[in-house]
Amino acid sequence: MKIHLKIWRQDERDGPGGMVSYTLDDVTEDMSFLEMLDALNGVLIGKGERVIEFDHDCREGICGQCGLMINGRAHGPLPHVTTCQLHMRSFRDGDTIYIEPFRAAAFPVLRDLKIDRSAFDRIIQSGGYIAAGTGSAPEANSILVAHDTAEAAFDAAACIGCGACVATCKNSSAALFVSAKTVHLSLLPQGKLEAPQRVNAMIAQMNAEQFGPCSNTEACEVECPQQISVLHIARMNWAFNKSRLLGRKG
Amino acid sequence: MDAKIPPGPLADKWNYYKAHARLVNPANRKKMKVIVVGTGLAGASCAASLAEQGYAVDCFCFQDSSRRAHSVAAQGGVNACKNYKNDGDSVYRMFYDTIKGGDFRSREANVYRLAECSAALIDQAVAQGVPFAREYSGYLDNRSFGGVQVSRTFYARGQTGQQLLLGAYQALMRQVHTGKVALHTRHEMLDLVVVEGKAKGIIVRDLETGKLERYAADAVVLASGGYGKIYYLSTLAMGCNASAIWRAHKKGAYMAGVSWVQVHPTSLPQSGQHQSKLTLMSESLRNDGRIWVPLKAGDTRHPNDIPEPERDYYLERRYPSFGNLAPRDISSRAAKERIDAGHGVGAMKNAVYLDFSKAIGEQGKDKIAEKYGNLFTMYQKITGINAYAQPMLISPAAHFTMGGLWVDYTLMSTIAGLFVLGEANFSDHGANRLGANSLLQACVDGYFVAPYTIPDYLAGELKAEKVTTAHPAFDLAEALAQTKIDELLSIQGDLPADYFHKNLGRLLYDTCGLSRSKEGLERAIREIGELRQEFYRRLKVTGDDKVNTELEKAGRVADYLELGALMCRDALAREESCGAHFREEYQTEDGEAMRNDRDFCYVSAWEWQGADQPHVLHPEPLVFEQVALSTRSYK
Ligand SMILES: Cc1cc2nc3c(=O)[nH]c(=O)nc-3n(C[C@H](O)[C@H](O)[C@H](O)COP(=O)(O)OP(=O)(O)OC[C@H]3O[C@@H](n4cnc5c(N)ncnc54)[C@H](O)[C@@H]3O)c2cc1C
Ligand code: FES
Repeated sequence: MKIHLKIWRQDERDGPGGMVSYTLDDVTEDMSFLEMLDALNGVLIGKGERVIEFDHDCREGICGQCGLMINGRAHGPLPHVTTCQLHMRSFRDGDTIYIEPFRAAAFPVLRDLKIDRSAFDRIIQSGGYIAAGTGSAPEANSILVAHDTAEAAFDAAACIGCGACVATCKNSSAALFVSAKTVHLSLLPQGKLEAPQRVNAMIAQMNAEQFGPCSNTEACEVECPQQISVLHIARMNWAFNKSRLLGRKG
Repeated sequence: MDAKIPPGPLADKWNYYKAHARLVNPANRKKMKVIVVGTGLAGASCAASLAEQGYAVDCFCFQDSSRRAHSVAAQGGVNACKNYKNDGDSVYRMFYDTIKGGDFRSREANVYRLAECSAALIDQAVAQGVPFAREYSGYLDNRSFGGVQVSRTFYARGQTGQQLLLGAYQALMRQVHTGKVALHTRHEMLDLVVVEGKAKGIIVRDLETGKLERYAADAVVLASGGYGKIYYLSTLAMGCNASAIWRAHKKGAYMAGVSWVQVHPTSLPQSGQHQSKLTLMSESLRNDGRIWVPLKAGDTRHPNDIPEPERDYYLERRYPSFGNLAPRDISSRAAKERIDAGHGVGAMKNAVYLDFSKAIGEQGKDKIAEKYGNLFTMYQKITGINAYAQPMLISPAAHFTMGGLWVDYTLMSTIAGLFVLGEANFSDHGANRLGANSLLQACVDGYFVAPYTIPDYLAGELKAEKVTTAHPAFDLAEALAQTKIDELLSIQGDLPADYFHKNLGRLLYDTCGLSRSKEGLERAIREIGELRQEFYRRLKVTGDDKVNTELEKAGRVADYLELGALMCRDALAREESCGAHFREEYQTEDGEAMRNDRDFCYVSAWEWQGADQPHVLHPEPLVFEQVALSTRSYK
């Protein structure tokens, strides 16, 4: 099929940018979306032009490094699918596709479609862990975890840190990302002790980065490749308020 | 080659080492700096553990976040001989399974240590909050993996690697927060700096600004992962590379077991020419899935229309005692044999079926969904097919490199102060790795081995003169790295880096993949040489020297072209079949591998001699004191 593309091009961080049009022939249905961009880059190299820079690595939906706004939707038209898992069979011959980076004040564009998501790392640094140094662990089966608790913790822990939740949110809120981590760790007996400090520290860091507030539109859950539930945000807010009521401020 | 194996009985060697390892006084630790290249399970766990001890660490990865290292993609599980199932498991049994699985081409002492430390890893991961699967009683659950008859695999749905990595990543982030680890994401190592025979630093490229930077340290750790991406189509991530280890190799570190590459039996088949990767479907699926092809070659009926008697469950037929859980090398080769014989299925006739109908009938769809739900979802996302209703199509794909930089028992390479961890080293898996042993190895290297052996080395460096980045060795290394970049940018031919990578990959699949022959390998060496010449004539890299993925790719492909030739030389020199290395000339009448213990019971370590000089082989003889060498049979 023939596909028309309008792609965001930007030379450098904080620099100007704009949409540029391309047309690509010979796109096949079994190509992944990123393979379609590979093909376009092949054409650009042939013409001696700089290729379109985009982030990706695993190409199997787990590393969280890819992420594009495709026709205004984070990761494209299908729900719960990463950009790398999207295939061209979701498009039709003659379609025009708009491709932009994930946009948020906290995610500056580096070049074209590549962005800087290090704000997520800094949020985890502020407290997104259980402080169990190497060597200090007790026998694994001495910590019993109910089957359903382990499964629920896993559901939250499955977050791939792609940032689609932020890109989708009209406020660029990171609430889904942050709550996935606080809930994962506080559900487990190992992680309960540090839960109050953790939720305080992570929310403080989230606010210090340029993420907006959550206004409960629940758009994030729709796009999340791992289907992380917005209920986690409610749990996080509850844990946050409880910790403050009990006077344990972070 | 001195592997520096500690004295004493096998079961006591690691304890002996730990008891005698030198320590660094806590006050001195913060004055000692360690560079860790890689933030996968091996790198993150090592960097965090060293920082917890008080060392200063500089840690690097090429992704935008350290959480994205390819360990994240491991699905099936991680082995540990906890014997929670009371099914006869023990350190010794796990040791034996691993030695046998590796076709008796690994070191007894290393493998024993791997099994010995496995239990502690599960403890560590649980303490960090890794949500492993649980029984309804709250105890940890296990499943079986290929090549063994006990249940020793711990798992977190189909995302075990992700969950283990997040545990290690979070431990690393905690140390970044304390200031003991300086983390450099989007940085690629371009060279190792060696001063008077010791590793003292690295040259990296900042992938955002394009600037070359220098880092000095008292020891350097490479935990840069495997090089299976050399085949282009593989289960690895797009950025996986051999550059870090290859450039260290050119600085004097030997490469070992170079051609021992695992081709995984259960990946999604190639479906077209534009394909950039082959997605793995976890081996754990083989616990409940049955593999078959139509009995009649060229049968084009829908799989659900082929009646039971007209199906060939070839693994169950050829290997009745292990059946669908036969080890990977054997399963992949058996699939290739059927596909080559015309029984392949799917549009390109390059696949076999993995069928769950029996398991769904016996256990119910819900149970299967709980065990493998995300894999079935992933399968549907990529192929558009519902595997609850019809069999999956699977096919073999390049997956894991048993080879890598040679290391001794302490994980130190042939360059003093250069340690190599995880998939980047050659160590514990011999000629074939057992499923779920490699997450384990990466973790054991990083959490439990390096935190003893690196301090032991550093203790000897306390009084050594500090090398700074002003040392002339840094000037030289940086100038060389810059020259290389300028060269790649200036060729301005007409073909992109991918062209060379794809051609190299195709050639290696053909000649140095599941099956190898003298004639094929000799041809490959010749053709890789030609491809390399063409690369330096016709490569085209557009763009500038800032953010430039084409430049990054070109640098990696340049290294792959040299490494590919060495892989073929290594495979050519090993005139036997062992594990993943199957030489057509050395097989039994029924097509099984024929090992030659008399002439090849050694690890091949190769020394670089310069661009146009042949490598020199240094064999490390393997001495088996505990196990008797036997023919590996899974019949
Ligand atoms: C799809 C898949 C599924 C798997 N499933 C399993 C499983 O179920 N069980 C199991 O035991 N094993 C499994 N494996 C194998 C296992 O995941 C890997 O062997 C293991 O995770 C490797 O860990 P590592 O830390 O050595 O390397 P990686 O996790 O690959 O990390 C490499 C690190 O090095 C960095 N790096 C690389 N090159 C450079 C450079 N030049 N400069 C700077 N940084 C660099 C990267 O950024 C990254 O941080 C699987 C592998 C794959 C591909
Ligand atoms: S590239 Fe890893 S999630 Fe898409």
